Amino acid sequence: MNVLTKNFSFFLDAFGQTLQLFAISAVLSLVLGTLLAALRVSPVPVFRGIGTAYVTILRNTPLTLVFVFFVFAYPLLEILKIDEYTAAVVALSLYTAAFVCEVVRSGINTVPVGQAEASRALGLTFTQMLGNVVLPQALRSVVPPMTSTMIALLKNTTVASGFAVFQAGNIREQLSDQGDNVLLGLLWVALGFVILVMPLTYVQQVFEKRWSVAR
Amino acid sequence: MSMVLFDVPGPKARVRHKIMAVVGIAAVIAAVVYVVMRFIVTDQFTARRLDWINYKVIQLSLVEAIGNTLAAFAVGAVLALVFGAIFAAARLSDHAWVRAPAAVIVEIFRAIPLVIMMFFFYYGLPVAGVKLSAFTAVVISLMLYNGSVLAEIFRAGINSLPKGQSEAAYALGMRKTQVMTLVLLPQALRAMLPTIISQLVVLLKDTALGFLITFEELLRWGTRIGGDAVNFGRPMISVMIVVALIYIGLCLLLTWLATYLEKRNRRNKKVIHTDGDAAGQVQLGNASAAAGAGVTV
Repeated sequence: MNVLTKNFSFFLDAFGQTLQLFAISAVLSLVLGTLLAALRVSPVPVFRGIGTAYVTILRNTPLTLVFVFFVFAYPLLEILKIDEYTAAVVALSLYTAAFVCEVVRSGINTVPVGQAEASRALGLTFTQMLGNVVLPQALRSVVPPMTSTMIALLKNTTVASGFAVFQAGNIREQLSDQGDNVLLGLLWVALGFVILVMPLTYVQQVFEKRWSVAR
Repeated sequence: MSMVLFDVPGPKARVRHKIMAVVGIAAVIAAVVYVVMRFIVTDQFTARRLDWINYKVIQLSLVEAIGNTLAAFAVGAVLALVFGAIFAAARLSDHAWVRAPAAVIVEIFRAIPLVIMMFFFYYGLPVAGVKLSAFTAVVISLMLYNGSVLAEIFRAGINSLPKGQSEAAYALGMRKTQVMTLVLLPQALRAMLPTIISQLVVLLKDTALGFLITFEELLRWGTRIGGDAVNFGRPMISVMIVVALIYIGLCLLLTWLATYLEKRNRRNKKVIHTDGDAAGQVQLGNASAAAGAGVTV
């Protein structure tokens, strides 16, 4: 308890940074992931190919490798100088976008083709079809896995510890510099993540239960 | 072919698609050319920077690094599967005093980031007088995290089977253990195999986190050789391309195995097709549902 009370403001600061990193990367990855999903369901084969290639490469690369690339290798190309924080945001966003893309795409694919064909036959416009028929159905199968992807992103922010980006994963270094009990400190960090993740998991399960019946 | 979002294209749409295809190809070529130009301008592929490939010592250390990664993967995978099986069984138990603690443990280990677990075992435990090697710390963390996820996958797989299966088995006079091992498990495992393998792909990728606690695996090897400014002038780009290709190759091998097994399953008439794709729902529940490959990133 002592470790926590003594360093409480430091813990808050670190977890605040974690949440900030998470929020920025979440927004960016959602935008990029949705764009990639649009590429993957487009009627143009070339676009589908680009989307598939991106997803295949990023999904099969360890996140740590993406970090290493942007922190150590990318600066050698001398394109645009970015600091570690930006590199972390870019790595997390690019990596998570591949997973977001897959979630959105499989969500759209769960809507039977007949639904769209029927709405077209009824004379609905593209926006009407999307807004009234396809999206409401797709959303149901997207939200639960999207929550999981975001939980994974929240946990993945700790990978930045190895790359000089200050967040909850770095609490250990500070504690060991001060000579505090690292074991207890890490248990508090773990508890912090459990507290952050549990409500999200709960929300996800509620959505899943409610919506799995409706469809 | 008519898709959800698009109707069968008419003559105008086909022309439009062709124009977009040309634009798309041009954009890809432009991007590739730009990257290659940067490679050339900054001299990433000069003889000196590719020289590391020629040294036997480095080749051997690469093999050793891949070996370490695969060893962590193999041991971690086996332990995670065992852990998952035990905790899935515990969560399916009829006794609340077994079920409840197992549920708590699984939920907690799924919520803690793998990095924090590795730090805990590698930097935290020595405080209490327990010194673990980096390999052990990586393997134990992989076991706890992926084991918990696998426990959920197993449990959901068994729950997804039609109730009639266990009811019929009980009606035949089988015991609880018999129902589980002879009737439920064989079917659930078959249905869950692709998902399990996808989770193993995640486990393989997660071995790279050992980089953060100085475990001598493929990625750490890459940063060591790639950061060598004295002998090779920092060949980080070329080394990282090689490392990435190895990781992607290994993961794709596993993914192909998953797809192959899934295809075989679909042909197999013995497999019970659960209603509403319950197997898929697990993936949805567990993580990003990705075309039959649900994984917890």
